Amino acid sequence: MASTKKSGTEGREMTGAEMVVQAMIDNGVTDLFGYPGGAVLPIYDELHQQDRIRHILVRHEQGAGHAAEGYARSTGKPGVVLVTSGPGATNTVTPLQDALMDSIPLVCITGQVPTPLIGSDAFQECDTVGITRPCTKHNWLVDDVNELSRILHEAFHVATSGRPGPVVVDVPKDIQFATGTYFPPDAFDMGHYQPRTQGDMDKIREAVDLMMSAKRPILYTGGGVINSGSEATKLLRELVALTNFPITSTLMGLGCYPASGDNWLGMLGMHGTYEANMTMHDCDVMVCIGARFDDRITGRLDAFAPEAKKIHIDVDPSSINKVVHADVPIIGDVAAVLKEMVALVKNTKARPKASDMKKWWEQIDQWRARKSLSYKPNPDVIMPQMAIERLYALTKDLDTYITTEVGQHQMWAAQFYGFDEPNRWMTSGGLGTMGYGLPAALGVQIAHPDALVVDIAGDASIQMCIQEMSCAVQHNAPIKIMILNNEYMGMVRQWQQLLHGNRLSHSYTEAMPDFVKLAEAYGGHGIRCTKPSQLDDAIMEMIETPGPVIFDCCVVTLANCFPMIPSGKAHNEMLLPDEATDEAVGSVIDEKGKALV
Amino acid sequence: MTKTIHNQNKIVTPPASAYFIEKNLDVVVQHTLSVLVDNEAGVLARVIGLFSGRGYNIESLTVSETEHEKHLSRITIISKGTPKVLEQIKRQLERMVPVHRVVDLTLVAHSKGHEKPLERELALVKVAAVGEHRVESLRLAEAFGAIVTDATTEHFIFEITGRQQKVEQFISIISPLGLVEVCRTGIAAMNRGPEGM
Repeated sequence: MASTKKSGTEGREMTGAEMVVQAMIDNGVTDLFGYPGGAVLPIYDELHQQDRIRHILVRHEQGAGHAAEGYARSTGKPGVVLVTSGPGATNTVTPLQDALMDSIPLVCITGQVPTPLIGSDAFQECDTVGITRPCTKHNWLVDDVNELSRILHEAFHVATSGRPGPVVVDVPKDIQFATGTYFPPDAFDMGHYQPRTQGDMDKIREAVDLMMSAKRPILYTGGGVINSGSEATKLLRELVALTNFPITSTLMGLGCYPASGDNWLGMLGMHGTYEANMTMHDCDVMVCIGARFDDRITGRLDAFAPEAKKIHIDVDPSSINKVVHADVPIIGDVAAVLKEMVALVKNTKARPKASDMKKWWEQIDQWRARKSLSYKPNPDVIMPQMAIERLYALTKDLDTYITTEVGQHQMWAAQFYGFDEPNRWMTSGGLGTMGYGLPAALGVQIAHPDALVVDIAGDASIQMCIQEMSCAVQHNAPIKIMILNNEYMGMVRQWQQLLHGNRLSHSYTEAMPDFVKLAEAYGGHGIRCTKPSQLDDAIMEMIETPGPVIFDCCVVTLANCFPMIPSGKAHNEMLLPDEATDEAVGSVIDEKGKALV
Repeated sequence: MTKTIHNQNKIVTPPASAYFIEKNLDVVVQHTLSVLVDNEAGVLARVIGLFSGRGYNIESLTVSETEHEKHLSRITIISKGTPKVLEQIKRQLERMVPVHRVVDLTLVAHSKGHEKPLERELALVKVAAVGEHRVESLRLAEAFGAIVTDATTEHFIFEITGRQQKVEQFISIISPLGLVEVCRTGIAAMNRGPEGM
């Protein structure tokens, strides 16, 4: 990369290992997630001799990556990971790809075998830059200790600029031992990597004109609003207040507009609300802000918002026109574009016709009246939806952060937990990584030691990174793991019911561990609840226990997640809960359709 | 509860898969892209990895350092795809960290009223022949403007430069005369006129 050194800054002699620690300090790192090994021992030796960076020892490198993601998502700062060569590096591949798809800034430093041994199949050698090339924004193999400080500063710059994402710096062991000159971040000019953040004013004006002439507008927001920072959230809320447009959000964007706000339609997409999806389908002007028209959002592309003119704001030019054609593309950072947009709206008297807006809102209220998230409570067994509703009721006034694993519980959490603020919701959206939630909760708790951090989990997902319980106990991170235990891989089962003739191939979890005993074995506290009447007490016990808790919340085993847009259908073809009887679920895809699977 | 599914739009037949795959009927076209990159370790692997990872097509690729003092290389890629895919390729290349500039030379050529940019290829063609075939291959080489760069009494190596079509034609005509091997550079391209990329 073309970053060059500015003249005039004094360099300092130090070893490569010292440089790694110094560069972290100079880039504002206070917490680091890692696992030692042969090829990073010199760096670990340096960490041992300082007290400015706190090292969190995980139990598996995947856990380090997800913990750093949770840390980054909840603070807006980059998450930092330190692992050894070979298996240490390959174990981070899943979180790196996860961070790439969800645009989370991560800086992952990997050890590598000494330079002369690279390519010799040395012990714990792997082609780290080769393996991580497609799952990072950029990566570097350092071959000269005098390049190390520049590369490390550049790594932090790339991870956090434009659309954020993960980067890897691979540091061979001989470079860690070698002595060279260290320069601080401000000694370098960060070269040409300066993604454009200011939107084109003509396009923004065109967008505002279009919005003000809309009859049936909608704001479709995503994770980009949250990545853009608190200013973006503030401006978005201002825009909603000025225009009275209805607003929905993707899974990644929950919290950018308060769930308690009047204009909130709920989440959209495959398991979104009826009103959000119908409003999307029938709108005439769609303003997509920091979202990317993912296939879980659009459903059938040829029937996606067929009458809408689409305005698309994104900092990543490659997101524009990738899936859906944008009539008004605006390349820029959400906060920067919204700032101009809000100013223009304030300065113009033009507004959508009151009569049109009134009609639109009446229509939306009719869709809302469909109550697409309704479910039948059961006096004998806990409904998973109720478990989340009660958790929300009992934690909403606390300083709460929620993480999830992936599956039915994740969708129920998104549907039933109301997020009023950004950065409070950590979930694996793009990659859909089971095992994300527990280590992510750990990362959040490290960043916010006094907050209540709850991982809403499933019984299958939780077992993918359960080992990090040990890490939580070691670092006094009082995370709360609430398992919605239905003894199935619920979402897999739901799809098998829907698409594969109810043949439940390997989606039932036999030999389930005793989660209460498991919690105790790790040195945490275990709770089990099977009765709706005891649910509140169990949740309160979970909240009030000072240390890490696993709460085994045994829910009805066969509940499915609705509403749902069956795959390949349009937004106005949702499957609603009251229509989704067992027979109906089994027959939603006709025989002809099944043959196509 | 109702026993049947109430479908708001009964015309639709669901394809019963986790993904909805649309048949794309857009016309596939061939474009030439010029990509200016930092000449650093792994940069070519990044570009090629992007193409293979996202399922883009490479018809021809050439790369060489063109500005030594700035360590900049110029990659010329010929790719086929629908206009939408070609736009994506450009955007995806542009956001890579070591990429400075991406120019779709074909689009620029069209905007200037040309059919395509200036494109040239070099080939080395080895022919082993004696007697009449030997004379004939020399005659052909002369007609195509190919230069003899190596020869014994048993062989010639011809160097031919020109449009891809010309190189193809030369190789195909000369091949029955005792073609042994061919090495081609792939296409180097730039736009006509005084402006740079």
